[in-house]
Amino acid sequence: MSTPENADVLRPGWGYASVTDKIAGIVLTGHFGWRWWTAFLVASAGVCALLAAVSWLLVKGIGIWGVDMPVAWGFAIGNFVWWIGIGHAGTFISAVLLLLRQKWRTSINRFAEAMTLFAAGIAGLFPILHLGRPWFFYWLVPYPNVMNVWPQWRSPLVWDFFAIATYLTVSLLFWYVGLIPDLATLRDRAGQRGQRKSQVAYGLLALGWRGEARHWARYEWAYLLLAGLATPLVVSVHTIVSLDFAVGNTPGYHSTIFPPYFVAGALFSGFAMVLTLAIPLRAAFGLQDFITARHLANAAKVLLATCWLVSYGYLAEIFTSFYSGDIYERYMTINRFTGPYGPVYLAMLACNVLVPQLFWFRRVRHSAALLFVLSLVINCGMWMERFLIVVTSLHRDYLPSAWGMFYPTRWDWITLFGSIALFVWLFLLFVRFLPLISIAEMRELVRESAKGEA
Amino acid sequence: MSGPAMYGLLAEFSSADALCAAARHARDNGYTRVEAYSPFAIEGLDDIVGADKGWIAPLTLLGGILGGAGTYFLQWYAAVVDYPINIGGRPLHSWPAFIPATFEITILGAAVAAVLAMLVLNGLPRLYHPLFEVEEFELASRNRFFLCLPARDPVFAPGPARDLLEGLHPLLLREVPA
Repeated sequence: MSTPENADVLRPGWGYASVTDKIAGIVLTGHFGWRWWTAFLVASAGVCALLAAVSWLLVKGIGIWGVDMPVAWGFAIGNFVWWIGIGHAGTFISAVLLLLRQKWRTSINRFAEAMTLFAAGIAGLFPILHLGRPWFFYWLVPYPNVMNVWPQWRSPLVWDFFAIATYLTVSLLFWYVGLIPDLATLRDRAGQRGQRKSQVAYGLLALGWRGEARHWARYEWAYLLLAGLATPLVVSVHTIVSLDFAVGNTPGYHSTIFPPYFVAGALFSGFAMVLTLAIPLRAAFGLQDFITARHLANAAKVLLATCWLVSYGYLAEIFTSFYSGDIYERYMTINRFTGPYGPVYLAMLACNVLVPQLFWFRRVRHSAALLFVLSLVINCGMWMERFLIVVTSLHRDYLPSAWGMFYPTRWDWITLFGSIALFVWLFLLFVRFLPLISIAEMRELVRESAKGEA
Repeated sequence: MSGPAMYGLLAEFSSADALCAAARHARDNGYTRVEAYSPFAIEGLDDIVGADKGWIAPLTLLGGILGGAGTYFLQWYAAVVDYPINIGGRPLHSWPAFIPATFEITILGAAVAAVLAMLVLNGLPRLYHPLFEVEEFELASRNRFFLCLPARDPVFAPGPARDLLEGLHPLLLREVPA
């Protein structure tokens, strides 16, 4: 810790101009190479498959999925909770770490916010597709209508609509406000390179930003306020998602641990996704000087901490079900271990509790390849957790005569993998057209680093 | 058009500290509308040029209050006045259930107000500005720092303003046409 303050967040030797040209160059260079195109084509194929699956859903109805009584919530709701959880890390990094003045947030906040935006948007699709008649989704909006009815304000599903819609809008605002100075940079760089079309496009989006001191003062103040507003919002969104379950009296859903347990799980899966994206990005674009080993190691530490929070959630669930003395709760817990979905539960425990213990070792935290693999393991583990929460409680209800199984159909799988493809597709376009690291904040970091050395 | 033919005088500097010193010098010489341009937010520069960010926080608060109060009122009106349903004698005005939506729209209202206040007070969007005519000004979004003495400043006179800026040894001195 005796080295200059920011040396491990930004490697020395970078100046205002070189940082700007490096990051803006990623976007403004005309060619992207065969790797980007290959990934883009594969992702586009996946998006086409998703479009086909959604079209077939609109034609036939949700009977093409494996959902039926008693398991009326299947992949769609599990995927929704999984995606919205992934969508939490971006705002957490941007808002909470900004308020805590964590310098290492600077080079990862932009793409983490993009990740948030895409993940939350994809998450929002699933409940809508699951509605049965998705084209009536706007009935959730309270508007004066000739039917003379209102949304059911006491329903968590309506709260959920407000939470997701607000989260998407605020995340978009936060992201866009952060982008404005960088869009101005791209406008000016494109102008100097003679790229007229790019100059006009970025110029329109930059809203005429000039970087005047009074503007910066208001900008920074508004950005700080947005961070302060986004922080309770992050916590509230997954809390409300968890209430979709916890308000119902189904065994396994009806639990007060759910809100904090869901929020911890959201950060856990979100940070895993940050690593899944950051490690290929820094390799593909040569950003090792900006996204350093320190960033990856810090993310691993957050994963370790949130792993224990999630593990506490699992433990509290098990304890409470036995402590409650309720036979249905107790049966549900035993069934999770030994029932038909038992192997999935044990695999989930291995992915989410056992494997992350490797982060105790410094060598693991500093190995990019290993971190990438572990982040994928955690992403899988968290998906299994969401799936199990949704399905195990429903397949063994109070009445044994109503018991049943959920088997995913091919359309379930196509929709799940199609949504992942859509996420990758959007992210590939993002790195192609927008700076994936905040240039203005990196210049600030350059200045602070220079001060530290002086 | 009887307005000034010149927008102002623009000087270029290579460091944030030089810009701060120049802005302070200009303020000390009575220029109240000094404009300082930088590629990132410089701590303390806002005080030197006399930035006023006072309205953003109150407007944000107002947006939050309007959003929250409006949403609560909407739920109360829908559940109690316009469409009351008696379910086992439960209270119509079931306020705890109205909190989640109220909370969310409070945040939404405040966030939208903060962004709009920032843009409107900054006079953005404004896609054209006389400074964009200066070719070198595009470095203001890369690595250079600019000080502009606008002609609309009450104490502005072309001769003395030029002398003042030249005394600061800028990298470049340009006259900005209006």
